[in-house]
Amino acid sequence: MNVQAWTFVMVGVSFAVYIGVAIWSRASSTREFYVADASVPPLLNGMATAADWMSAASFISMAGLIAFMGRDGSVYLMGWTGGYVLLALLLAPYLRKFGKYTVPDFVGDRYYSKIARVVAVVCALFVSFTYVAGQMRGVGIVFSRFLGVGINEGVFIGMGIVFFYAVLGGMKGITYTQVAQYCVLIFAYLVPAIFISILLTGNPIPQLGFGDTLADGSGTYLLDRLDGLSSELGFGEFTAGNKRSLDVFFITAALMAGTAGLPHVIVRFYTVPGVRQARSSAGWALLFIAILYTTAPAVAAFARTNLLTTVSNAPYSEVPEWFKNWEETGLIAFDDLNGDGVIQYTGDGSSILNELTIDRDIMVLANPEIANLPNWVVGLVAAGGLAAALSTAAGLLLVISTSVAHDLMKKTFLPQISEKGELVTARVAAGLAVVVAGYFGINPPGFVAQVVALAFGLAAASFFPAIVMGIFSKRMNKEGAVAGMVIGLSFTAYYIVHFKFLHPELNTVDHWWFGISPEGIGTAGMLLNFAVAIGIAALTPAPPEAIQNLVDDIRVPRGAGPAHEVSA
Amino acid sequence: MTDSARKRDYWGRNLKYVGALLTIWWTVSFGFGILFVEQLNTIRIGGFQLGFWFAQQGSIYVFVILIFVYVKLMNRLDHEFDVDETEKNR
Repeated sequence: MNVQAWTFVMVGVSFAVYIGVAIWSRASSTREFYVADASVPPLLNGMATAADWMSAASFISMAGLIAFMGRDGSVYLMGWTGGYVLLALLLAPYLRKFGKYTVPDFVGDRYYSKIARVVAVVCALFVSFTYVAGQMRGVGIVFSRFLGVGINEGVFIGMGIVFFYAVLGGMKGITYTQVAQYCVLIFAYLVPAIFISILLTGNPIPQLGFGDTLADGSGTYLLDRLDGLSSELGFGEFTAGNKRSLDVFFITAALMAGTAGLPHVIVRFYTVPGVRQARSSAGWALLFIAILYTTAPAVAAFARTNLLTTVSNAPYSEVPEWFKNWEETGLIAFDDLNGDGVIQYTGDGSSILNELTIDRDIMVLANPEIANLPNWVVGLVAAGGLAAALSTAAGLLLVISTSVAHDLMKKTFLPQISEKGELVTARVAAGLAVVVAGYFGINPPGFVAQVVALAFGLAAASFFPAIVMGIFSKRMNKEGAVAGMVIGLSFTAYYIVHFKFLHPELNTVDHWWFGISPEGIGTAGMLLNFAVAIGIAALTPAPPEAIQNLVDDIRVPRGAGPAHEVSA
Repeated sequence: MTDSARKRDYWGRNLKYVGALLTIWWTVSFGFGILFVEQLNTIRIGGFQLGFWFAQQGSIYVFVILIFVYVKLMNRLDHEFDVDETEKNR
């Protein structure tokens, strides 16, 4: 069978599984719709969280980014895993004990303030919409490359599937489809990685093959060969860093705190039966994520080595099939500047002009073809990419619908709405969100990549400090928390908008404040938030006694019932 | 011991665990993976320079271990202070 037939089979079978799971796990109450009845076992919740968290960016783009960034790519590896330690130690158990449905619920109740709740809702909506647009785009790209349909038709098919199980099943449907999607995506990620590791190093474990000697009998270590090739072609050594330490430090911290503050991740910890399970499911989630995240840098090094040895100085007339395939999508472009018919692929440090441009996003998708793996592996990777994009999109859509139906309608504007009415509103909101997400997938705003920096920066500068102080400081009051959030948010948003949108020409290390890039500024916003909140809280009255008792209560596990509505 | 003193002790122990584990978390990532990466890179294990290994592999393994250690410590602490969840809550 050819690649396209295999892709149809792999994608078709996986979609049939998702739909079957969705029908089996329909939601019938708001509690099932929002938090899956708080009855998900921790191990399964760990898998669902991993699928929820690992998006098209993790599956498709991350290894490609690392392949081109070398050691500097570790900001993503550490940033997007280290956040789970913060989540497990500082947030998840306490939020589970608190037991309400959403992050704005916690912020609104703990700081006894409607303004705080609305600020939190606006942040949650912004972060979620930013993310979901990128997922739908990822779905479109996979469809157009592997199934020969247009990007737009691909987005429509993706919307249809997500609509079906997110609207019908709510959190319950999403949780169990995410478990299935995790299995598909991790299998699809590991199979080509293992194949390529064996081909290059003879070691079947990519994490070890990465540091092993090459299988060509030369006895040279893979990373040494890669460092040599890279510097020869003027790219600089793969294992050396180009960014300043301070900037790497700030970006990593912003990604960690941002991860811990993302609403679609936090909400997953409301779905387990109790505090004990919230702690352990954070561990399972990180374990399942780590399987992919420790494989990714190995894939990056393998792909980079393969790319440099295959295309560099190859005559254009003899390039392999995959090169032509990806040229058609416009993601690889060769411009024979010196007219010698040979591909010169070089970096800034070389005196020879570079003739090749490669989109970083194709590294994972093209990797099986570059390494000449069987056709079914190529099809499997396409199904894995779709699983990653769809699972994350569904989790985000649920946050959007919960924010609208629960936080805005039920808690702010329409408190008398009935249970049934709220459930209908949640479904309608999920449906509308799918349509908006699809619109952005078809007409992507040119700034999706830039906005992601904003999403993490804002989560780091707003939610993370507000929630941490809400748990660890009894003295933190409404005035301090609101001032901290508003100032942290405005500062971070101002800095990113200034350098990314208003003055992109100034977005260089010479103009950055203290050499901190917009990607890392969320850390400064977070520190500012903490400082302002603590200062203001010291000057204003302590929170009411009932709130201090609430804080005492969430600090001990006993008494955590299922996620509930407190009638206070 | 009064109930509130007991809870205060429980919380103090919890903070101690969190502080110790976050120190390790900080050391392997920000310390080994970023600030001291060049110094550690002079040490080699197989094909890996040690600083590079911590930045792209080691820190992640340590993160996973830290969470499971915390789970274990807290389950024991909950039991010791008799604040664990009751059977009916599973």
